[in-house]
Amino acid sequence: MFEQMFEHRQVSATALRNLVTSANDPAQVDTAALPLLQGLTGLLPESGLRRGSTVAVEGTTSLALALLAGPSQAGSWCAVVGAPELGLLAAAEYGIALDRLALIPRPGQAWASVVAALIDAFDVVAIRPTGSVPPGLASRLTARLRKHGGVLLCLGQWEGADLRLTTVGERWDGLGDGHGRLRARRVRVRVSGRHGAVAVPREGQLWLPASDGSVAVVTEPPTPLRRVQLREAV
Amino acid sequence: MRTLTVWCPDWPVVAAAAAVATSPGEPIVVVESGLVLACSGAAREHGVRRGMKVREAQTRCPHLTVLRHDPVIEARTFEPVVTALEELTPRVAILRPGLCAVRVRGPARYFGSELAAAERFAAHVTALGIDCRAGVADGVFAATLAARTIAGTGPTGTGAEQAVADARSELALVVPAGGDPEFLAPMRIDVLDRPELIDLLRRLGIRTLGAFAALPPRDVLARFGSSGAVAHGLARGIDERPIGSHRAAPDLAVQREVNPPIDRIDTAAFLAAAMADELAAALGVRGLACACLDIEVSTEHGPQLHRQWRHDGPMSADDIADRVRWQLEGWASTRAFGDISAGGIIQLRLEPAETVAAGIYQEGLWGGLGELGERAVRAITRVQSLLGQKAVVAAVPNGGYGPADRINLVPWGDERAAVRESSAPWPGHLPAPSPATVLAEPESATVTDADGHPVGVTGRATVTASPALVSYDGGPATRVIGWAGPWPVEERWWDPATARRVARVQVVTEVGALLLLVENGQWWVEARYD
Repeated sequence: MFEQMFEHRQVSATALRNLVTSANDPAQVDTAALPLLQGLTGLLPESGLRRGSTVAVEGTTSLALALLAGPSQAGSWCAVVGAPELGLLAAAEYGIALDRLALIPRPGQAWASVVAALIDAFDVVAIRPTGSVPPGLASRLTARLRKHGGVLLCLGQWEGADLRLTTVGERWDGLGDGHGRLRARRVRVRVSGRHGAVAVPREGQLWLPASDGSVAVVTEPPTPLRRVQLREAV
Repeated sequence: MRTLTVWCPDWPVVAAAAAVATSPGEPIVVVESGLVLACSGAAREHGVRRGMKVREAQTRCPHLTVLRHDPVIEARTFEPVVTALEELTPRVAILRPGLCAVRVRGPARYFGSELAAAERFAAHVTALGIDCRAGVADGVFAATLAARTIAGTGPTGTGAEQAVADARSELALVVPAGGDPEFLAPMRIDVLDRPELIDLLRRLGIRTLGAFAALPPRDVLARFGSSGAVAHGLARGIDERPIGSHRAAPDLAVQREVNPPIDRIDTAAFLAAAMADELAAALGVRGLACACLDIEVSTEHGPQLHRQWRHDGPMSADDIADRVRWQLEGWASTRAFGDISAGGIIQLRLEPAETVAAGIYQEGLWGGLGELGERAVRAITRVQSLLGQKAVVAAVPNGGYGPADRINLVPWGDERAAVRESSAPWPGHLPAPSPATVLAEPESATVTDADGHPVGVTGRATVTASPALVSYDGGPATRVIGWAGPWPVEERWWDPATARRVARVQVVTEVGALLLLVENGQWWVEARYD
């Protein structure tokens, strides 16, 4: 009964918001979410990264870069903590503005204080935690995140993430037996989450990247992709 | 040098509202990156303030219209204002859309007094239906604050500074010659618009410009650095760069004749971007940067067009290109070029009207980074105080062959310079897409063919056999599904001590795509396409 009420309220709130958004001018900005790359909007439940939320990306670094690129292109400042091996050339190719990207490759013991300081000021803070994150610390960081309206992007597992993106298969194009080069890749992404539209996990295929370097949802009929074993984050 | 500034209050709001055909009298905010950049008077009455988060503003004023900050629209809408002012005086310097400055001497003589001139200027713009104020003072900073003081959104609230003004009306306020320090003294420290400095000064108990100005300049320089010293100079009423004072060497101007004439903005902007780079580079080798830019355009049949854009610090190549593009948009919207009567652009000329020494760290009067950027930089400073200055790095594109070489990491705050020229050709470098993970230390790998024999790369850059199995990092061997290469590179072949002959091979294995490197018969995993 309560669940029903909750459901009902949520639906009407969404409907209301849609109504308000459509009634207003297109120049209006959705202030509750950070923009995504055009190609990612078809995959995710919402058209942006909701401020104050945590997103865990498992199995692929490229997808994390593509998620960062949307806000970064729109003028947001982004920080990456604890990822000394991040391919920054790839980051630039996905559209991340390097002049608004701060990198803290080796935060060491002060990891949590660094992330807390950055959450206060940056729109997106991407982290690769070393080892597991104590639940108490995670909830403190999440509370801080909600207060300041940033997005925490975790390269790896994050207990209680609002949105979880996992790659379950990939296929590279453009390369044969001794000829060609890597050009484009299709990845199958599983999207799950704690609530809303993604409470039931769903899957979709992405060009990551497409042969022109962009990110797009694969529209042609799905091809069988090779399952990849996930390597543990270093 | 007596200066007159003409200021249109809440210009971002006025321009954005005009673009969506809304009245600027409605509660409107213009936002940049989630923060309020400017708000209309109606919004201000609801308690909305600059720098506030948009969500907080919406809480205070539920029927708020939120519009996006767009410098192009602001500049384009401002063009008719500048055109109107040029009917009164020839040399108008645009400081930013919504604010411009002129030397008052000529107009004051013509209209009888400085006040009469200021009133005439403000009235001339008001006649266009645009709210406008004018201020006169010795320096640009004081003149701008004089104009802002009349508008009611004045930065003091004490009214003490009004006693200094010797002449004022509803549209204009004149600070007497030599009266700048006295006029500025009661102003709140916030008018400096440098959050970090203001924060610090407040905690030191300094709340007015007067109190800040009273500090000895040497101590300010020692404690707050050159950026603090510039702010201190402003607070003391010393304008280091009076308007129209300094002529730069005209031979540094960059000029292009174009044939056939350009009648599209994007084509012109593309040309302007290249010219901006050239101008910034030409000034850069002399240790200079442009601080005030003259933009001149000749059209086929119309008159020669000219505008001056002034900046309160050194302009980067991007800053120059932005201003040229804004100006071109402005001219196009008033049909100064591109239509039948004027024709296309046949010549574009960028001339540095004023230069400043480059490299001296000088923040903009109105902040070049924006509110969000300044907050971010403050957070970075905090992290640097935790971990050390070198712990926070910025990535700069660099020239080179391997994925690791092509990015240069510089400590945050240092100059973002590439070690090697990135635009030079680097034969043998791999085309995009680049690997998303570049290993800090390459992992040794074993590459074998289908029969288990090791694979090598010959001096002629061919592989001895097709790679079939790859194992690395002590892990089990995985099957190669596809491979490409090798891409051979000879680095520094002229220096036997550091010369390297390597080759790179892309492989797709069952656990993902890898970038392999082979040197002296030893294979390494350099990066992963994950």
